[in-house]
Amino acid sequence: MGVGIQVKALNAWYGKTQALYDINLHMQANHATALIGPSGCGKSTFIRCLNRMHETIPEARVEGQVQFGDFDAYNGTSPTQLRRRVGMVFQKPNPFPTMSIYDNVASGLKLNGFRNRKQLDDTVETALQASALWEEVKDDLHKKSGAGLSGGQQQRLCIARALAVQPEVLLMDEPCSALDPISTGKIEELIFQLKEKYTIVIVTHNMQQAARVAEFTGFFLLGKMVEFDKTEKIFTNPSDKRTEDYITGRFG
Amino acid sequence: MSEAKVSSAKARSAPPQVSVWRRFVNHLMTGVAVLTVLIVLVPLVAIFGYLLYKGFGSINWAFLTQTPKPVGEPGGGMANAIVGSMFILAIGSLIGVPLGIGAGIYLSEYGRNRFGDAIRFISDVLNGVPSIVIGIVAYGVVVLRQKHFSALAGGFALAIMMIPTIARTTEQMLLLVPQAIREAAYGLGIPRWRATLSITLRTATSGVITGVMLAFARVAGETAPLLFTAFGNQFWNLRLDQPTAALPLQIFTYAISPFDEWHRQAWAGALVLIVLIVGAVAAVRIAVSRGTLAGAR
Repeated sequence: MGVGIQVKALNAWYGKTQALYDINLHMQANHATALIGPSGCGKSTFIRCLNRMHETIPEARVEGQVQFGDFDAYNGTSPTQLRRRVGMVFQKPNPFPTMSIYDNVASGLKLNGFRNRKQLDDTVETALQASALWEEVKDDLHKKSGAGLSGGQQQRLCIARALAVQPEVLLMDEPCSALDPISTGKIEELIFQLKEKYTIVIVTHNMQQAARVAEFTGFFLLGKMVEFDKTEKIFTNPSDKRTEDYITGRFG
Repeated sequence: MSEAKVSSAKARSAPPQVSVWRRFVNHLMTGVAVLTVLIVLVPLVAIFGYLLYKGFGSINWAFLTQTPKPVGEPGGGMANAIVGSMFILAIGSLIGVPLGIGAGIYLSEYGRNRFGDAIRFISDVLNGVPSIVIGIVAYGVVVLRQKHFSALAGGFALAIMMIPTIARTTEQMLLLVPQAIREAAYGLGIPRWRATLSITLRTATSGVITGVMLAFARVAGETAPLLFTAFGNQFWNLRLDQPTAALPLQIFTYAISPFDEWHRQAWAGALVLIVLIVGAVAAVRIAVSRGTLAGAR
C-alpha cells in the first residue's frame, strides 16, 4: 500500500545557489500528484529530495523534513533504506545495458542480497505484468539485454525494475519526455493502475498529462511552490495569477 | 508526367557544379584515411611475416617440449621458457590486475579530489619509468630479501608495470558509464559499493578488459624487468622462489650469442611469444563476447 508524503519547510541548495525555498506540501496516499512548472523551477530537485538523490550530487545540500507515513526520510534513516521504499523512474530510460531483461528487473533485489530463485522469478513476472511489459518480453527474459528494447519498452522496464523492490511510493521524473505518444499513452494508463498500490509523484512538462493522470497538482516557479490544489481547480480556476499565466501559456 | 515534374527530377539527379569538387574532396579524404591504415598495418604485417619466415622452420615438437641443449649440441627447445613465461605472467596478472582495477575504481568513483589528482600524476609518471628501473626496484624489494632470483620477483616487476596502464584505462572506461546508470542503481536502494562493482564496473567490462589486455600484451614481451628478477634458467623449474626461464630472456640470450643454431631458436622463440600473446588476447575476447547478450551495448 502507498503512504502519504508530508513535506515541511524543505530548502535545497546546489553549492551556494538555493534551488528550493521553504516547500510545504502534503501528498495523499494512493493518489497521483503532478508537479508542473517551467524548466529550472525546481520540480526535479524537489522530487530528488524526496528519495535523497539530491545529496548524491557534490556540494548539494538539503534542509527540512520529509515524512513517508510515519517514516522519516532524513532522520535515523540511511538513504539506501529509504530508496527501497521510495522507487524512482527517471527522465531518460536507463536500463542496465549489460544485464538481461530478467536481471534488470531483479537487480534491486539481487544486489541487496536476495537470492531465492523461485521468489525472484515470481517477483520479476509480477513486476513486468504490472508495468504491462510481460507479454512483449516473456520469451526473451534471459536472452535479450535491457538496452535491446525500444525506448517505450525500456521505460516500462525501468518501471518494472522500480516496482520489483516493492516500494510504497513511486517518483517519476518526466517519465514520458523521451517517448512517442503511443508509449506515453501506455505509461499513463499504467500510472492509473499503479495508483491502487502506490503513491505516485510525477514531474511533467506536459500539462495535459498532469490533467489526465493526477488528482492533485503543484505549480512550481523559481524554486517556490506557488500553488497546490486539486488538479481540476489548478487547471480551471487557479487562485494565483502566475499559475493562470503559466497554464494558459503566457510564459514558460 | 508534366514538364515541371520532369525538370525538377532532372535537377535532383544532375548534381550542381559544386558537388564535383565536394566529391573529389570526399574521395581524397577517404583515400588518405585508407592510406594511413595501410601505413600502420605495414610494420605489423612485416614483423609478423618476417618472424614466420625466420622462425617457423625452427619450430618443431622438440622446440616446444625440450629444455635448451648445451652449446654445440643441436636440437633442444624452449619448453621451460614457455612455461616460465606463463608462470611469471600469471603472477604478474594476479597481482597487477586487481590492484590496477581497484585503483581505477577509486580514481573514477571516489578520486575527484587532490589525492586522486596526485595518484593520477604518479601513475602517469610510473607509466613512463624505464622498465629496467622497475626491474631494479623488484630486485631491491623481492630478490635481495629472498636472497635469490625467482618467478615471484619477475611477476612482481611485471605487476608494477601493469598497474598504471590498467588503473588509468579502468578510470577512463568507468567515466564513460553514464551518470544515469549509477543513479538508477542508487534509486533502487543499492549501496554505493555494490552499485560500483555490480553495475558501473560491469557496464564498463569490455573497456576495462581492453585495458587489461593492453597492459598484459605490453609486459608479456618485456625483457629488462626480468633480467635480474626472474633471471632465466636453462633447466625446468616449477618453483616460484627459484630462478625461472622466460621467453624474452631466452630470446635475448640466444640473439646476442655467436651461434647460428641459437639465432634460429631465438627467431622461433619470438614467434611463439607473439602467438601466445595473440592467443591469450583472442581467448579473452571470445570468452567475453560469449557472455554478451543480444542488444547489449
